[in-house]
Amino acid sequence: MNTADQYLKAIYLAQRIEEGPASTGTLADLLEVSPASVNEMIGKLEERELVEHEKYKGASLTDEGIERAHNALQTYCIIERFLANVLEVEEFRDEARALESVIDDTVADRLDTIIDRPAECPDCFDAEQDYCEHLEVGPDGCAD
Amino acid sequence: MSLGQRVSSDHQLARLLQIGVVLEEVVESRAAHHLETLPPSEQAAVDEAVRELLTEAAEESAEHRERLEALIDDLDAETVAYEEINALVDAQYGPPEDTDGVLYDQLANEETAYKFYDDLIDAIEASDAEYAIDRDRLLETLYDIREEEKEGVEEVTEIMEHRA
Repeated sequence: MNTADQYLKAIYLAQRIEEGPASTGTLADLLEVSPASVNEMIGKLEERELVEHEKYKGASLTDEGIERAHNALQTYCIIERFLANVLEVEEFRDEARALESVIDDTVADRLDTIIDRPAECPDCFDAEQDYCEHLEVGPDGCAD
Repeated sequence: MSLGQRVSSDHQLARLLQIGVVLEEVVESRAAHHLETLPPSEQAAVDEAVRELLTEAAEESAEHRERLEALIDDLDAETVAYEEINALVDAQYGPPEDTDGVLYDQLANEETAYKFYDDLIDAIEASDAEYAIDRDRLLETLYDIREEEKEGVEEVTEIMEHRA
């Protein structure tokens, strides 16, 4: 997943968490980058008409941005579910974050042929918990 | 979240190689399933070139898997057994309707594998991390496999063009 798609996904999730435009601070926290980097990328995404930015409020995805973010989130869900259910990785959330930049959506699509994913995916992704609400996770936050 | 393609640790490298093994297992299993599950009328229509392609693809995937497993062993990690992946393919498998469907699936297999190794090589080359396995050996193995996946894409494309 490329950097732009990771940003779109983060904006999508931040908008869900904040129930409104995504603030630079929240995006910087989610992406673990500086606010200056966030502002720079928001500017680029705005030029590509994927994001609208309102001063002092934050970033909102356009319809095209939502579609791209939705696909990116679905790719991420596949990676998480694959790690949790096929490779039985306990700390699948941390590892999915570390791997998402290296796993392309075509690769995720192939991995998707061996996992059982709910039809409503990725709408069942819990933005606060950072994983699918249907994924079975133990009390320690790791996959059972 | 990790921005930028870079393989920064043995753990991350082992995990990516494990994913490579699973992709190879999926290719191997799907090729075998295609040959077994086509309706008899279609099986008769699968000409020798297609049958040979699927058999060779399964053999090549098994060989790639072994080469990746040797690297993973040296990183002290484990792989998922072929039988387990075969069972997962079996559970979700929907057979293509005809030979063209089989060829499209095979093309997607080869293209996906090529893309995976290409991205993995870029991510290793972008990192200056020292791994527990020799970097040259790692990259040479991955270059070889990527080249064979590229040839695989060309072979499927040729057969598809020939049939068109």
